[in-house]
Amino acid sequence: MASVTFIEHNGTEYVVEAEIGKSLMQTALDNLVPGIDADCGGECSCATCHVMVDEAWLGKLTSLADSEDAMLDLNPERESNSRLSCQIAMTEELDGMVVRLPEFQF
Amino acid sequence: MGEYMPSLEMVNFRPEEVPLEDIDVSQRSLWVANRQQEFFSRLRDEAPVHFCKDSEFGPYWSVTRFADIMEVEANWQSFSSDPAITIVEPEEDFPLPMFIAMDPPKHDEQRKTVQGSVAPANLKNLEGTIRTRVQRVLDDLPTHEEFDWVDRVSIELTTQMLATLFDFPFEDRRMLTRWSDVATGGPETGVVESEEQRQEELLECLAYFTRLWEERAKQGLSNDLVSMLAHGEATQDMSPQEYLGNLILLIVGGNDTTRNSMTGGVLALNENPGEYAKLRNNPGIIPSMVSEIIRWQTPLAHMRRLATRDYQLGGQTINAGDKVIMWYLSGNRDERAIDRASEFIIDRDRVRTHLSFGFGVHRCMGNRLAEMQLKILWEEIQRRFHMVEVVGEPGRVPSNFVHGYTHLPTVLHPH
Repeated sequence: MASVTFIEHNGTEYVVEAEIGKSLMQTALDNLVPGIDADCGGECSCATCHVMVDEAWLGKLTSLADSEDAMLDLNPERESNSRLSCQIAMTEELDGMVVRLPEFQF
Repeated sequence: MGEYMPSLEMVNFRPEEVPLEDIDVSQRSLWVANRQQEFFSRLRDEAPVHFCKDSEFGPYWSVTRFADIMEVEANWQSFSSDPAITIVEPEEDFPLPMFIAMDPPKHDEQRKTVQGSVAPANLKNLEGTIRTRVQRVLDDLPTHEEFDWVDRVSIELTTQMLATLFDFPFEDRRMLTRWSDVATGGPETGVVESEEQRQEELLECLAYFTRLWEERAKQGLSNDLVSMLAHGEATQDMSPQEYLGNLILLIVGGNDTTRNSMTGGVLALNENPGEYAKLRNNPGIIPSMVSEIIRWQTPLAHMRRLATRDYQLGGQTINAGDKVIMWYLSGNRDERAIDRASEFIIDRDRVRTHLSFGFGVHRCMGNRLAEMQLKILWEEIQRRFHMVEVVGEPGRVPSNFVHGYTHLPTVLHPH
């Protein structure tokens, strides 16, 4: 297990335990963290599981695939640390990770 | 184009009476009779990737299961949106390039130019305006007497919205409705007398919007779609046909879609009184209901792709050059992906998991605006009326693309 902190746009924090191997998107849904719609169910096809990853953890993630980049690019509110949480699989190394949720999902 | 005469009229048969290879779900008569779902159900079970060798629209593949549609949607490298996104072949002498019918990277560049106008951050600014207009439209409706919901509510509200997004002269707004109907219809659907008339009217649309373009190009960039196109790096040098193509995309995208979900919701609630009761008891259910209405209605029934390479799907080989139709209306009734898919359930689990907005790089850019318009409409309806009662049969658009209504007779019962 690894711990992840989700911070809503209004500042509310959710510290949850994440199963290793499970996606960050599914971790949020399983723990009833609000603000992740996940319309396509984790297929990297809708960009409604957008999160901003704290800079300290960004380098520990697998690099951005073209398909994820293309979906993120549709969102005018994309930030340099934007990722789709369905494309982040939890690892031991990510224990303690902090991600922020956007005000709106796209 | 000559009159196409099918060898078998689907509408005269039950699905099991037609040999599988002869099924043609594109026949308009099937859609007017609202019997297309029976045929989709058989295709999903027996031939989920199905080849129709001959139709009014030429040969085409039907993809009818949710998961297969997702696979096609995600793979734009193998399934191109160029040159058109509906089953109808584009007119060779009247091409209408638009970014929905392009692939990356050009698609992305043009889309990004206008995306911001309907992105969530800008919607906050529109919410108050939308609510005031909905209130005004609903307050002007007659009570206890019959009127057409499509004309007085659905068309009126979506057309007002569109006029705002374009900053289009408000008194001329019904021209937008007309151009939307002309763009998606043709002589065969009775909207115009001939293809010539259709093109003439679309050129009038172009002329009108060219005046707006010239006016906006001289001013600084503002937040309306015409200004964004006139100032956008990826769009400012478009040819007139490309400007017209993109205008039609935005007009149809913002008009035929939400219009028919506004009508479809009334119909679905009348057909499912138990669901209407749930809504009355709990207005907080509206956001969930809005997603269910959009799934249930599926206002655009399909999108078309062109296979650019040979591709194995569902045990079939789709060849490079083949026309592939993703039937969203069928995928949204697929029991393999959606529990009790044929039922209208306004508080269902995973209610947002539906195909109506498409997926992948062409996913509907106005999805959040559509949801907001429907949410506000139902909040204001519930404040005023015990019931919007359907008192006659709906008229259905004779199209396999726009899945919608020409009229719906209703009577309002205030609280």
